[in-house]
Amino acid sequence: MIDAAGFTIKAEQLAVGYTKFPIVSKISLDMKPGELLVLIGTNGSGKSTILKTLAGLLKPVDGNLEILGAAPGSLPKRVAYLPQHPVSTHTLPLRVRDVIAMGRFAHLGLFKRPSSRDNQIVDNSMHLTGIESQANEPIRDLSGGQQQRTHLAQVLTRQAEVLLLDEPTAGLDINGRKLVADLIASERARGVTVVMATHELHDAESANTVMLLAQRVVSIGRPEVALRDEFLRECFGFTQPH
Amino acid sequence: MFIEPFTNNEFLRLSLVAGILVAITCAIAGAFVVLRGLAFIGDALAHGVLPGIATAMLLGISGVIGAAVGSLVMMAGVSVVSRRFRLSGDTAIGLLFVGMLALGVMITSRSSTFVGDLSRILFGELLGVNSGDLVLQSLALVIVAIVAFIARRPFLLLCVDEGLANTSGFSSRLFHNLMLTIVAITVIASFQTVGTLLVLGMLIAPAATGALFARRISTVMLIASLVGSISTYFGLLISYHFDLAAGASIVLTTVLIFAMAATYTEIRNMITDNNHEEHEHPHTHAGSHVR
Repeated sequence: MIDAAGFTIKAEQLAVGYTKFPIVSKISLDMKPGELLVLIGTNGSGKSTILKTLAGLLKPVDGNLEILGAAPGSLPKRVAYLPQHPVSTHTLPLRVRDVIAMGRFAHLGLFKRPSSRDNQIVDNSMHLTGIESQANEPIRDLSGGQQQRTHLAQVLTRQAEVLLLDEPTAGLDINGRKLVADLIASERARGVTVVMATHELHDAESANTVMLLAQRVVSIGRPEVALRDEFLRECFGFTQPH
Repeated sequence: MFIEPFTNNEFLRLSLVAGILVAITCAIAGAFVVLRGLAFIGDALAHGVLPGIATAMLLGISGVIGAAVGSLVMMAGVSVVSRRFRLSGDTAIGLLFVGMLALGVMITSRSSTFVGDLSRILFGELLGVNSGDLVLQSLALVIVAIVAFIARRPFLLLCVDEGLANTSGFSSRLFHNLMLTIVAITVIASFQTVGTLLVLGMLIAPAATGALFARRISTVMLIASLVGSISTYFGLLISYHFDLAAGASIVLTTVLIFAMAATYTEIRNMITDNNHEEHEHPHTHAGSHVR
């Protein structure tokens, strides 16, 4: 279910924030299946706040927002959100496989038993993120990078149509970063809309749209437009080395 | 010495059954108390019921009804104080906790048998349980078990990541309140046997022991049930042979079992860490021979 014009995410004059005072306002967006929006900005610029609003964890302060033609947070089976995870220190030493399987809970609800297809999806997600050899280990015993791969696998098990990723490459080595780039490319190829917050400018290279943030929208558009030197200087105080 | 006290005394048999029912109910609710970090609110709920029970005693109605009203007031109060006044949950719980405790003691002090009543509420009367208490405790166990089973997925998500519960389609507020409700039911049903002060020990110590070994919530509950039941058996024996308070003997046994289990896991982890270091740095020893 996407809206009549074929948009998966549609925002008009959206304002986001934690109270009635917005952190970022006047956000207008139209995203279609398979598109990638990259949010770039300094710490506290509003990237995570936008993602939380798209995920339905925060109410919009103002404006209109629709995800897959519905209110944010109302379609948990079709929208998956990867928050910034602190290193796991859970009291319970949950196994990696069990943490990943939690990604299917939105489909299973309270009563449905996991089918062989559900188990297959979990196995496939572990394979895609290269975490299958740690499947039976407690997540809290893994490195930060391995924990991040586990949380990525959990998001993939949702089999969603919209992926909201908050710094998915945080804590990952070069191989891990390439893995995330490949995963995003393959998800987009099957029509998934991806919104990703990042500090890395090169993550924006393959994006359809880049939004540069500094507690306001500094620029928005194709990477070559949104990342012009004058916008980067305004946002970070420096420009990209040529 | 180990069996005869139970075969020769009906009141001790009843106490054992009641204690085991309390242990299993507390194991289920306690797993969530430990894994979601609800020990303080569990403590507050256990004490928040005091004014309700005291009022019920003065009015001559069932203490269970008073306890239920007390826990409802406590849960609603914590919710209102933390939301309206922008105070942290801990501060809100602390305020309500001492307020309700003080109110409970004040109401109880109106009774002519003040010390006896207060002691009965705080420490329970495990050796004085009757078949009606067993029915009530069994009912509480069934309700808590059914709710915990139905809500196992959102409860697990709440223990791991509240945001994930919300984005998975489970309202964190609704299921958090449901979790508190089963803790409250456990406290209400258990206060007559182990008392409001000691029920917290039964909620926390067995589940904390389970969390040392388990990788799943169901396993935490299973281990906690065993620890709680074994503690009930040995606690009653200690109480019988040495003429000590039954509830306190049981709870102290659960804490001692936790201490032994924690010591065992510490030693096991130290040995495992040493073995890992040996495997990771084998050249430290081998190298000297080569040279």
